[in-house]
Amino acid sequence: MSATEPPLLEISDLRVAFATEDGTVQAVDGVSFTVSRGEVVAIVGESGSGKSVTAMTLMGLPRGSNATFQGTATFDGTELVGASDEQLRRIRGAGIAMVFQDPMSSLDPVYRIGDQIVEQIRAHERKISKAQALDRAVTLMERVGIPRAAERLRSYPHEFSGGMRQRVMIAMALSCSPKLLIADEPTTALDVTIQAQILEELRKLRDETDAGVILVTHDLGVVADIADRVIVMYAGRVVEQGVLDDIFYDPQHPYTWGLLGSITRIDSDRSQRLPAIPGMPPSLLSPPKGCHFRPRCPHAFEKCVEVPPLEGHVANRPESLDRCWLTEDRKRALRQVDGQVGLRSTEPVIS
Amino acid sequence: MLRFVVRRMLVMVALLIVISMFTFAMFVLLLPNGNPAALLAGRLATPAEIHLISVRYGFDKPIYIQYIDTMKNIFTGQAYSYQSSFNVLDEIRAGMPATLSLAIGAGLIWLLVSILFGTIAAVRAGKYADRVLTVLSMIGVSMPPFFFGAILIYYVAYKANIIPIGGYVPFSQSVGGWFGHLVAPWITLSILFIGFYSRVLRSSILDSINEDYVRTARAKGLSERQVLIRHSLRNSLIPIISLWGLDFAQVIGGGAILTETVYNLHGVGELARDSIGRLDTITLMEIVILTGIAVVVIGAIVDVLVAYLDPRIRLA
Repeated sequence: MSATEPPLLEISDLRVAFATEDGTVQAVDGVSFTVSRGEVVAIVGESGSGKSVTAMTLMGLPRGSNATFQGTATFDGTELVGASDEQLRRIRGAGIAMVFQDPMSSLDPVYRIGDQIVEQIRAHERKISKAQALDRAVTLMERVGIPRAAERLRSYPHEFSGGMRQRVMIAMALSCSPKLLIADEPTTALDVTIQAQILEELRKLRDETDAGVILVTHDLGVVADIADRVIVMYAGRVVEQGVLDDIFYDPQHPYTWGLLGSITRIDSDRSQRLPAIPGMPPSLLSPPKGCHFRPRCPHAFEKCVEVPPLEGHVANRPESLDRCWLTEDRKRALRQVDGQVGLRSTEPVIS
Repeated sequence: MLRFVVRRMLVMVALLIVISMFTFAMFVLLLPNGNPAALLAGRLATPAEIHLISVRYGFDKPIYIQYIDTMKNIFTGQAYSYQSSFNVLDEIRAGMPATLSLAIGAGLIWLLVSILFGTIAAVRAGKYADRVLTVLSMIGVSMPPFFFGAILIYYVAYKANIIPIGGYVPFSQSVGGWFGHLVAPWITLSILFIGFYSRVLRSSILDSINEDYVRTARAKGLSERQVLIRHSLRNSLIPIISLWGLDFAQVIGGGAILTETVYNLHGVGELARDSIGRLDTITLMEIVILTGIAVVVIGAIVDVLVAYLDPRIRLA
């Protein structure tokens, strides 16, 4: 990754709104970030933070006349927002591939595994013969660690376990050598040992193909395991982004503190209740004025009714950006809860 | 696959035995038409004559013997109508070409047109074409065959003279005549099913659009048409095919009584209507068992077809 090379994906001020009967839901509200080749970028946030919608928008998958898109998302020289259906179709599966959350339901139950992989290959390479495509499917399946691939090619999805199906999804995603892989909670539906294996596959893939990876997740354990950079989203906005270690060891935004503070730690005092961020995420129909996290933030003050810009506040760390009005010194002082990073609770912690 | 087929056959035989028992119980024990011997002997018969007939027809024997004898007669083609003394199997055989012609033609029409209409309605959901098809299917579902048939006969056959007024011409006699006489019955019977089937298919396709595997298909870079036909429609057809098997078998078993009667097709359905009119229990019993056989056999064929369409079913 050289400094002059443009990033693989550059998203700038992306806004996605859905018109509903109750009003407009601003699901993604001015999101900007970049992904480079060979980089794993994790987007974290709770349900409804806009992380999945952001990922789907890149694939042109939110459909229906009620969605409106603004901003730009440039992938490898092509503008994705406002691209024609045919342009998006060519990119989907070939330039950008996606692995979904639930491998149990993401494969079509009525077709053989091999045929489903071949279908994707032949959607993008019209000249390839079925036999050649099947050969490639075998190679791909072996690569993602499916034993007896040539035989399993003829199996149906229901004959596979969840972990194996997710491997099939990854093999399928790799079939046209994508430059960008979007993994939307790829391990959420799997048990922990399988999770580790799937993450290993993703890592191997990134190393071997130099593809960029966007990992959408709410599992900070997964993030710590695999991500290079982290983007924290809250209520449709990016509240903080930075290099993995900075996010974990020097987080700037109170929401990130809350996320980190609510992880179970093996070295923590078990007599205490697991801290949670108080309150609920706001309704995106009528988000709070100013900082979206303000109603839940114990450190909110007068200035927070203005929307804080996503800016760098830490000296010598231009890649660390956050949306918070607190000064750096105040942040460092406030985020210490019982000697660890956390969000100070407004109610007394009882055991 | 073989195991599935064998198991299905065994279930079929068991089902047929149960159906025959129920039918027998219904017509012989429950039907309130009194003593069949008295019915056969006529109004002026003496008790001695009634007893004679009772012995001759075996009505005095224990009920399970009667059941076995009746079934033997039905399945060997030796059953005779008590009222008309015709051989029942011959009667049914005479009606079968008309009924089969009606069923096969209408079955194909209603299946294909429903797939077409249902798919169009789903793809254009909420738009003009969908609304028009919704209204049409409502009309189709609520239009009784005797009413629609009467309209066709009056305007298209009698006034405009485009098609013949009822009747049936065997295929072997004249292909054109066969076709001409069946067009109106086919349409009349199909309209009933098209309305219902296309609604079911429409909602099934719309449901499948939200399925994860359809999203995957789109994410793979397939065109909208490929996503629709290979994934949405392919999965949505499975319930439609199951449904079709049942309705098709019904029609073969003389279930299209109204359509057959309106067009005077002299099929099994019309035979059933006549038998009901004169409480001809043995004929009715045989028609009901025939319907049972049709439903069970076609049901099994459709099950094999559905198992082919949906590989998950083979394990179940």
